[in-house]
Amino acid sequence: MHLSIFANKEICQGFYRSMPICLGYFPVGLVFGVMAAGTGMNSLETALMSILVYAGSAQFITVGMMAEQIAVFTIIFTTGLINMRHLLMSAALAPYLSHLTKLQQALFAYQLTDETFALHSLDFKIDKTPPVLRILATNMTAHFAWVAGSVAGFFTGSLITDLEMLGLDFALPAMFIFLLVIQLASLKYILVALLAITLSLFFISYLGGHWYIIITTLVAATAGLFLDKTKSNTAEGGVRK
Amino acid sequence: MTPYSGNTILLILAMALVTYLSRVVPLLLLSHRTLPHIMKRWLSYIPVALLATLLGPLLFLPHGKFTLNISHNPHFWAALPALAAAIITRNMFLTVLMGMAFTALIRFLTA
Repeated sequence: MHLSIFANKEICQGFYRSMPICLGYFPVGLVFGVMAAGTGMNSLETALMSILVYAGSAQFITVGMMAEQIAVFTIIFTTGLINMRHLLMSAALAPYLSHLTKLQQALFAYQLTDETFALHSLDFKIDKTPPVLRILATNMTAHFAWVAGSVAGFFTGSLITDLEMLGLDFALPAMFIFLLVIQLASLKYILVALLAITLSLFFISYLGGHWYIIITTLVAATAGLFLDKTKSNTAEGGVRK
Repeated sequence: MTPYSGNTILLILAMALVTYLSRVVPLLLLSHRTLPHIMKRWLSYIPVALLATLLGPLLFLPHGKFTLNISHNPHFWAALPALAAAIITRNMFLTVLMGMAFTALIRFLTA
């Protein structure tokens, strides 16, 4: 087969630019695949979630909630909450993508993640009208690494019989710890996190395992706004990793 | 493990729709308006608040009961080296490996 796409300079650039993301995505995808298998999802469902949803934190949180048999509605609501940050990322990149057709924009948005956003936001500051082939190639490569990791993890995980002895049951909490730490950009975020942890322990007893997530999150995030007013420190929150 | 009792395919499709809308709508609208500052601030707290909310019971309430006893709650004690790995390396995979390794080690030593 003639691999003519690799002769295209822009596609090659996009491919290489996404390598740091792929290095992170493939192993984390592996962990996701293992977790998905552990929750009782089949290979088709695991691959479909990584292909169609393609949102690391939301997928991990979903698998955790599925393991707890939490209702579909709550999981979708939670997905919406987690993904609200996409609104800001999408809006922030919009001015640089006016030279794309609507279809190209729709395709670009499909593969917008924290990591591709971080890469593009830097890239677009240097190149105000980035070539569409390059940015789409970056996105496609990163997405491929995520799906490939998920599927590989699913089948590897099936071979592992004792998840607990290998500590695999802690993969999900460890992933949350990382995602949390990386987003603690200032003291205010640390206070919000500590408040949320404390409230979660009380609310889970009174509200049950379904609603406590939403209520605690809304209360803690709103408390953050009051911290804004009382603290003069207004450093922009770095909510992306 | 018990498979999910809900409809997984339906769940995936709904999640995909919710996720895609959040990614595509602002871009397509190319809104010249910027969000009110207070809304931006509130949104910036959501990921931190949510992750902490999920971690609380996972680290402090194993089987729904508060305990820090190492043989009943290995997750809390494995969280400490994982936390250190996250802060020092800022690497997701190393953090996950560290947490898993300590969970396995604690189980092995307390078994």
